[in-house]
Amino acid sequence: MRKLAIIGIGLIKWGELWEKSMRQIAAEAVFKCLEDAGTDRIDTMTIGNMSGGLFNGQEHLSSLIPDHMGRKNIPAMRIESACASGGMAVRTACLEVASGFSDYAIAVGVEKMTDISGNEATYALATAADQDYEAFHGVTFPGLYAMMAKAHMDRYGTTREQLSSVVIKNHYNGSLNPNAQFPFKITGDQVLKSPMVSDPLRLLDCSPITDGAAAVMITTLEEAKKLKKQPVFISGIGHASDSIALSSRKDILKLEAVELSTNTALKMAGKSIKDIDFAEVHDCFSIAEIMILEALGVVAPGEGGKASSDGLTGLDGDFPVNPSGGLKSKGHPVGATGVAQICEAVTQLRGDAGERQLENIRTGLTQNMGGSAGSSVVHILEVI
Amino acid sequence: MQVPRYWREIPKRYRLEAAQCKKCHNISFPEKFSCPECGSQDFKTIKLSGKGKISTHTIIRIAPEGFNDQVPYGMGIIEMDEGPRIMAQITDCDPEKLKTGDRMIYQFRRIREDGSTGVIMYAYKFVPDVGI
Repeated sequence: MRKLAIIGIGLIKWGELWEKSMRQIAAEAVFKCLEDAGTDRIDTMTIGNMSGGLFNGQEHLSSLIPDHMGRKNIPAMRIESACASGGMAVRTACLEVASGFSDYAIAVGVEKMTDISGNEATYALATAADQDYEAFHGVTFPGLYAMMAKAHMDRYGTTREQLSSVVIKNHYNGSLNPNAQFPFKITGDQVLKSPMVSDPLRLLDCSPITDGAAAVMITTLEEAKKLKKQPVFISGIGHASDSIALSSRKDILKLEAVELSTNTALKMAGKSIKDIDFAEVHDCFSIAEIMILEALGVVAPGEGGKASSDGLTGLDGDFPVNPSGGLKSKGHPVGATGVAQICEAVTQLRGDAGERQLENIRTGLTQNMGGSAGSSVVHILEVI
Repeated sequence: MQVPRYWREIPKRYRLEAAQCKKCHNISFPEKFSCPECGSQDFKTIKLSGKGKISTHTIIRIAPEGFNDQVPYGMGIIEMDEGPRIMAQITDCDPEKLKTGDRMIYQFRRIREDGSTGVIMYAYKFVPDVGI
């Protein structure tokens, strides 16, 4: 297997981008990435996208996106794993380069979610759950995560304040990120006054609906060393699935796919979680970040809430999580999220993160998951 | 939703038919192609008792399309006495008063109507088991 490096990233400002189409934002991210990488070479392209079909009535992105880029003959493919589509697209681009099929593989993640109504978007997102045994009965994604939150509170005594501490921290970090959809701070009082969506989760516990795209360029470590810019080494990749329906799990507080994908990536990198300096994780809901901290092995099961309110995960904490602002503040264009997590990790490792720059970091981890953690993909990135 | 997609699930939705592995006796609801515990593909169909308890729950206040007229409604994972867990609505009660561990019993209820095809969908919901 050839060693892998990231030589370019491309991110656009996320939000409700009424004037731009899906193909346009994807191309913008790709060209920013090419500029950053200092090359226009693309041997292959993977496209992370959850549901062009439902959000835009548009499939066949493997033709649409290269065509709009003016590079219609690039071999491209769309990768789908619900909200983990972006991370999976990066992983697939890594496989292209590692295997020797391609020398320069670009992964672009894109989701254009505001071309349909909020109700229709809720339906599109719910297709990541079991249609026949979850969505059929009227459960929503906030509902599924609310049940995890309720179980976490029942078993471990996790509190409303601990959930809010995740939201407050991520919005603080996002307020320092110019690409974030909601780059402003919020208070615990604002969280408490936001409408209840699915008890105990309120509107401000939930990540938003977002239009966005992100891209990363992957090549071999050998090739990367020839370039001027400092490359970032991809030392570990892990990937796992779990049952699609939450009710199928013996313990709904155990995110098995997250645990397994993390362990696989750490093993490949020859590291333990103690060697990781910071992480970008899939905080689709406040409770998700708490449970992921436990699944990564950063804290013991049940201690994620307390660790969050004690400041472990803040920018100046011992294990900073979501310096970008996370899905909560930066936005969650589902297919782009996993790619953007890698962009943030690279930005941090290069020392280019401005006001939200972390100090003394060498190794970062990204964790991206689909549905109620029915799939998860983890990458470990290092400065050389 | 087209009719076949609805009716092919009827044995589970109307009668709580589950698959019990003949080798390790693990019960799957709904059935799996092979047993997640031992890998066997040898199953027998059993009917769940319809009795169980709340393992976790919530109240849906912002509903998906087709459920807007029902909010707020209780929703939970019911752990059946035979072992499997089922995601379902919890009805005929004040959802604010539900507690983890509350005893529940199966009821055959209307879930919703499909606006475009006119299919009226029925399945299980759960209600508090008051022992009548």
